[in-house]
Amino acid sequence: MTDAAQTSRFDELALPHLGAAYNLARWLTRNDHDAEDLVQEAYLRAFKSFGGFRGGDVRAWLLTIVRNTCYTRFKRDRAEDSTEVFDEGRHGVDDRAGDPEALALEAATRDQVRAALDELPAEFREVIVLREMEGLSYKEIAAVIGIPVGTVMSRLARARAGLERRLSAGQKKEARLELPRGE
Amino acid sequence: MSCREENETLIHAYLDGELDLLAALKLEAHLRDCAVCARDYRNHQALRAAVIEKDLFFPTPPLLRRRIQRALRAAEKSETGRSSLPLSQRLRFVSRRYGLITAGVAACAVLLALAALRSIPGVSRPSKNDMLAQEVLDSHIRSLMENHLTDVTSSNQHTVKPWFDGKIDFSPAVRDLGPDGFPLLGGRLDYIDGRDAAALVYGRGKHFINLFIWPSGGSPKEKTIGQLGYTLVHWSQNGMSYWAVSDVDRTALMQFVRLVRANPSPAH
Repeated sequence: MTDAAQTSRFDELALPHLGAAYNLARWLTRNDHDAEDLVQEAYLRAFKSFGGFRGGDVRAWLLTIVRNTCYTRFKRDRAEDSTEVFDEGRHGVDDRAGDPEALALEAATRDQVRAALDELPAEFREVIVLREMEGLSYKEIAAVIGIPVGTVMSRLARARAGLERRLSAGQKKEARLELPRGE
Repeated sequence: MSCREENETLIHAYLDGELDLLAALKLEAHLRDCAVCARDYRNHQALRAAVIEKDLFFPTPPLLRRRIQRALRAAEKSETGRSSLPLSQRLRFVSRRYGLITAGVAACAVLLALAALRSIPGVSRPSKNDMLAQEVLDSHIRSLMENHLTDVTSSNQHTVKPWFDGKIDFSPAVRDLGPDGFPLLGGRLDYIDGRDAAALVYGRGKHFINLFIWPSGGSPKEKTIGQLGYTLVHWSQNGMSYWAVSDVDRTALMQFVRLVRANPSPAH
């Protein structure tokens, strides 16, 4: 294949996933500017290794590169999240949301959900993005992140518990601010 | 509590459509009987709905697409001449990406290595093989400096080997050599000689060994090159080209090479 043909084939296959790439990058870096730079760097890396690509899921392949580029940059710039420290091994009752009411979760606003997701450590945030926004299967998520499926399952459970805990805490705070109805 | 813990992952898997029919039916029956688990289920369901419905997908900036296409065109132009880029231009590229200090270190390493090459009697201009050696050494050094040694970090060959599926068009043989003193640390995608390469990373004490593998013909005869405290050993085997690079002592590296060559295909 000529270089020009290869380039346009890359464009055809990879550019349609720009939206997914940018969304993941934006959720990981948590700002527009870094996300744009990161996506550009990821696309260049993808382009350079495209010569050996022989089919399969282009989106998953691209998201893997976006993710790796992002974590490389985190390490390099020492720009660790100013969120909770990620701890795979931690497990226990304190992860549970404390029985938030389903209604309270449904009442959460978009800003509240966005803020809660932002607060999660990156490793939890990304499984939520890949599962809920990209609709990847557990197996696909495992391949993108490079972890076993079992770890995907436990991270997802804990990510969701983390969100539930934050959102229900937020709702409780809101409820306390309301005027008493006077029983 | 144990009922909750037992069913927690199952409930999530059920919501994500990942349970087989039998397991799903079993869980549904349990949810009918167990109020605690049923409440967990409702909460997780509500959370999923909250996340999905809120449309948290960030819209792509409109100009990004064009910006990337321009960058790809530029990369395409420089791609054709990349391996023959003069050292000064490559260093400028490095300093833009990695900062001046790391670029300085890279510059010294590469300059000295190249100078060492040129000082070999009888070699006035690097041959293609010498340039390939240079590229392999560059990749090795870069993997250390970037602090990006592995894309997949695991000592388990059954995790590392399948990780490459779908990412490259060949399947490298992966073996943990921990019992022999060379633990597998993980794997990485790399790019050498104009194509994808698999990099398997091993440890030896405080040192790292990069084992680069890509499909290629070539002689099974081992060639050893020493450059500035690094040793590179390369050979071909079973249609693959292998390059082992490290600053570990030569005896240890040769031992590593022997282990890799002895049984390239791991028992499954």
